[in-house]
Amino acid sequence: MNQEVELPDNERRRITRDGVSLAFTVGLYGTAFGAAASSSGLSPWQALALSALLFSGASQFAVVGVGVITSWSLAVTAITGALLLGTRNALYGLRMAPILQVRGFKRVAAAQITIDESTGIAISQEHLGLPAMRHGFWVTGLGVYVFWNSFTLLGALGADALGDPAQFGLDAAVPAAFLGLLWPRLKGRTPWAVGMAAAITVLILLPHAPVGVPVITSALAAVVAGWKSGGAK
Amino acid sequence: MIWATVLISSLGCFLLKYAGMAMPDAWLSSPRVQRIANLMPVALLSALVIAQTFGVGQTLVLDARAAGVAVAIVVLLLRAPFPVVVVAAAVTSALLHRL
Repeated sequence: MNQEVELPDNERRRITRDGVSLAFTVGLYGTAFGAAASSSGLSPWQALALSALLFSGASQFAVVGVGVITSWSLAVTAITGALLLGTRNALYGLRMAPILQVRGFKRVAAAQITIDESTGIAISQEHLGLPAMRHGFWVTGLGVYVFWNSFTLLGALGADALGDPAQFGLDAAVPAAFLGLLWPRLKGRTPWAVGMAAAITVLILLPHAPVGVPVITSALAAVVAGWKSGGAK
Repeated sequence: MIWATVLISSLGCFLLKYAGMAMPDAWLSSPRVQRIANLMPVALLSALVIAQTFGVGQTLVLDARAAGVAVAIVVLLLRAPFPVVVVAAAVTSALLHRL
């Protein structure tokens, strides 16, 4: 594994096809983000700025998920949630660095598109060698970037034109989107326990603590479970 | 304030990505940090599902959102792709708002 073998044309085409179709599917979901951002009082430009500059789905939803940001405490909650959800991208970067071996501007570009999908496609080409992994990473990462930003703008403009978000069920679309992101991660006993602990934390704290505090507090469930050895991963 | 939130969270998240890419042998490679970072999305996403489904400010309520999320669970159990899950929840809630 990991040697610099030539990447055959048919494999290159297959990786491109896989990466682009994944990018399109994920990109579509940018529509939901744009709409959610709009219902949280973000302008289409602010929604697009998050997709272009932050570019990490779960973190972006965490920013708009706190609702309309009317106070600095809500702003801090939004930023903290986004950063905590973004920590895993640092691990992906760690994994991708020796594969990509990039410096300067290329490293900045690579860092920006280091997300679940680009890393996932890259890692799954490991048996084909380094060129295949690099190709998978760039095609998928750049593909998601283009589709995600396009559909974000579409969703934000569309929701702005439609009016009251609750009328179109967008109030339920946001938690459903979080659930959809959560679902594939609930494999094994440890993730389930962490998820349940976090859910209960929110139910107990929400009526008593300031808005946003319950969600941030739930991060402790991950810290406690991860601190002890064992578990699924 | 919204712009500040957008820009600060974007910068912070970029620096997290860049840190992983630029410091291969940093403390990030400790198994404990990896476990915590893997579980972090599970904890936060679970918390966000509950807060967004039942929360209105500092009160817990049961409304159309809960019905939408219940339908989303059914659709997820049927292995539907992500956009279908979101649309199913939205349609359910929209229908209930119209009743």
